[in-house]
Amino acid sequence: MYRITTFYKTLVVTFGLLFWPTNVEAHLVTTGMGPVYDGIGHLLLTPEDLVPALALALYAGLRGKAPGRRALFFFPLAWLLGGFIGLGADTMPTFPLPALSFLLLGVLIAADLRLPDNVFTVLAVAVGIMHGFFNGIALKTGPSGLGLLGIMAALFVLVALVAAFVVALKPPWTRIVVRVAGSWVAAMGLLMIGWFFRGQG
Amino acid sequence: MKKHVRHMDLCASIFVLALYLVWVPSAQAHVEGGQAVGFITGLEHPWSGLDHVLAMIAVGLWGAQLGNPALWVLPVTFPMVMAMGAMMGLLGIPLPGIEIGIAVSAILLGAMILGEVKLNLYIAATMVGFFAIFHGHAHGTELPPGQSGLLYSMGFVIATGVLHGIGIVIGLIHRWPAGKLALRGAGAFIAAMGVFFLWRAIS
Repeated sequence: MYRITTFYKTLVVTFGLLFWPTNVEAHLVTTGMGPVYDGIGHLLLTPEDLVPALALALYAGLRGKAPGRRALFFFPLAWLLGGFIGLGADTMPTFPLPALSFLLLGVLIAADLRLPDNVFTVLAVAVGIMHGFFNGIALKTGPSGLGLLGIMAALFVLVALVAAFVVALKPPWTRIVVRVAGSWVAAMGLLMIGWFFRGQG
Repeated sequence: MKKHVRHMDLCASIFVLALYLVWVPSAQAHVEGGQAVGFITGLEHPWSGLDHVLAMIAVGLWGAQLGNPALWVLPVTFPMVMAMGAMMGLLGIPLPGIEIGIAVSAILLGAMILGEVKLNLYIAATMVGFFAIFHGHAHGTELPPGQSGLLYSMGFVIATGVLHGIGIVIGLIHRWPAGKLALRGAGAFIAAMGVFFLWRAIS
């Protein structure tokens, strides 16, 4: 009697557990390799962050070696700083602010505008802090600070490779290709703002 | 006997616990079907209408005929102004005669290629930009429910850019005499198709 009762109790509890829905943190990328890689995965699989990061690297590359070096160090650090601020924040603004970085960076690349070095640095820091802030909020319940470190490392590598690649471009048509890519980024930013106002962003 | 019973209970418990651990339910929440489909939908959309396809390719062909800097100014202008047209649509700002505008874009761009018309760069860019508004308004706002607006936009803009690129690559035949003639023939075809689209839009 004792054996059957315990057995059925265990069965009931087990099947209860099987059908018990658990919280699914669907928005966080879990690589299975730890929080640092989870952060890297988050960056690489989030176009709202990845595209502006690539765009900033492209723009830095178009501007030359000195802005490229500035972006290489200031941008990931600003992202990390914004991320730590985001870890302590609770609410996200409803307006899709990343759309503004799409638009701004896209226009700068497409028009190949020359900003003074200090203004460029401020831009890189502002974009980094803003996107880092959103990342901080998103990663709060998951990889947290280590995830942010992973993102910073990935950004460093990304900016180094992309900016160096663009700096090295010599034939005029290759720079034009970069500018065309910038126009695409700006167009995406405009559309993102449109989707927001339509309520489908 | 009692010891044996306890042993059986332990085995049963371990068995069901192991079953629980091994039985991994499918985590459907992680499959972002709508997201991925949003990109594919956006990528497919510009190819779904022949009027849009021909106009995009025509921009590339004309740019190739005009040479630098129109070669890249026109494909840079088009997606940005097209996105503004799409934004107008998304904000609910009506644009009259969209289908007619798209048809006329094919006629005029085709005519420019046919006649190898060397317009001033600013006029050419303004003309291309003007028609881009119609294309953006018509095609950029058709996001199926449940899909990501950003990924749809990315797909849509990239596909449009690829169509320009195809036009430019085809337009490179302009450097040979026979290629010049073929390009003008392509312009005539695009203009004729534009007339057909216009007839269909009006009737």
